[in-house]
Amino acid sequence: MDQSTDQPVISVAGLAKSFDAVNAVGPIDFSIEKGTIVGLLGGNGAGKTTTIAMILGLVLPTAGAIRVLGHDMLRDRHRVLHRINFESPYVDMPMRLTVRQNLTVFAGLYGVGDARGRVAELAESLDLTDFLDRPSGKLSAGQKTRVSLAKALINRPELLLLDEPTASLDPDTADWIRGNLDRYRRDRGATILLASHNMPEVERLCDDVIMMKGGRIVDRGAPKALISRYGRSNLEDVFLDVARGRGHAASLEEASA
Amino acid sequence: MTTDTAPTDSGATDTGPIDLTYKAFSPARTFAMVRRYWYLLRSSWPRTVELVYWPTVQMLMWGFLQTYLNQHSGFFAKTGGTLIGAVLLWDILFRGQLGFSISFLEEMWARNMGNLMMSPLRPMEFIAALMTMSVIRLTIGMVPVTLLAIGFFGFNIWSLGLALAAFFANLILTSWSIGIVVSGLVLRNGLGAESLAWTVMFLLLPLSCVYYPVETLPDWLQWIALALPPTYVFEGMRAILIDNVFRGDLMLIAFGLNVVFMGVAVFTFFRLFDSARKVGSLLQLGE
Repeated sequence: MDQSTDQPVISVAGLAKSFDAVNAVGPIDFSIEKGTIVGLLGGNGAGKTTTIAMILGLVLPTAGAIRVLGHDMLRDRHRVLHRINFESPYVDMPMRLTVRQNLTVFAGLYGVGDARGRVAELAESLDLTDFLDRPSGKLSAGQKTRVSLAKALINRPELLLLDEPTASLDPDTADWIRGNLDRYRRDRGATILLASHNMPEVERLCDDVIMMKGGRIVDRGAPKALISRYGRSNLEDVFLDVARGRGHAASLEEASA
Repeated sequence: MTTDTAPTDSGATDTGPIDLTYKAFSPARTFAMVRRYWYLLRSSWPRTVELVYWPTVQMLMWGFLQTYLNQHSGFFAKTGGTLIGAVLLWDILFRGQLGFSISFLEEMWARNMGNLMMSPLRPMEFIAALMTMSVIRLTIGMVPVTLLAIGFFGFNIWSLGLALAAFFANLILTSWSIGIVVSGLVLRNGLGAESLAWTVMFLLLPLSCVYYPVETLPDWLQWIALALPPTYVFEGMRAILIDNVFRGDLMLIAFGLNVVFMGVAVFTFFRLFDSARKVGSLLQLGE
């Protein structure tokens, strides 16, 4: 199927997931436009990771539809997987392989023809050159995150899904990663869906924020619009209002009940 | 053919419509996975030594036992190298499955399964890579052992020629079928099911009559034995070593059963894979 340019990059309708009797997500509906960075916010157990896993096809939904880049992810995810990628500090790269070997393998899996050139290019842009031939298991947390990001960019994805990409990084490295992500979005016109607990990060990077609680979307808007709507001075306070169901969040919950 | 935007050969994303021929099976992705396991094998010399160590120990033990029995029993003297032949063929079956399953387990141990399952790698390509690695690991492990068997006991399994090829093909097919099912179970149930990879094949040791003819079993157990492809291989081996007769009919029955086993194994794997996606176990790949 062809994808027209005005079609959302991600379109989710009636998406729900239950594990036995526990409702983990939904039903939720949202769409994400091309070239935007969208934050997925919510406390632990809000359903962010499950939502991302369903978009990637790692978890089958109980109900609903997911379209990514114009394709039905439940029926032909393999037609689109080479155009998207994912990064999370909670998924490792094989530890015994060197950084170069790992990136070469993933270049092969994503069908990158000039793997050697692409690895060199990423090593240069993400500052991996000094440890390119070191086993991935012997890297620091910051170096591992940069390598994971290199893996996520190996195929120059049109859609990048990130699960807490800067978790456990020092502020300097985290800032450096954010700068790279923003540059990648600008240069390639890519779309990024970012699950994060780091509110300053979301304020800095995201055009739009989806707030989740108990598996449902409770609010959505640009960071500044959300801050203004909740009468707060920063996104962290908005997050706390949503998590604790107070202020504007309480009125939203009453309205939805 | 589609007109999607897709990475070009250089890895760059073209902005215009390009000819993207969608491949349901990509040898390049299979090769990428084989390369990954090859890197791993190369990175650790104990892993390579381990491939040769146990088959050598087994071969020496059974070889000396065969020598002892030949010297003290007229019957065993007539049975040629059936014990040492049996242990070498058993190792093809056992190590073939282990080679398949261990390569799969490497992904679980490395917590890399999530990366693979969200990549364009398709399950059949993954299985094909695991099959290839099972043959590579088997070759590294068994070729030196067969040469040692010639040196120590004058037993040359290579002299079986085409019969050996038929034995090997049937045994490796069975080992893959079992490896596929075990991998599916681990994918579905996590590393708690890991021990199956090491133990499940031993059930076939008594049932497929590795060291004795099928008539040795009680009648009801013979039916089970005759439903297993390796039974025909070990019967065939005894026929060639004791009676100098190659039983092509046995190999054909074994092959037919292997086709059924493989079909059931692949079907089971896909069911377990779907079940893993339903219960979310691809996200929780620990114990």
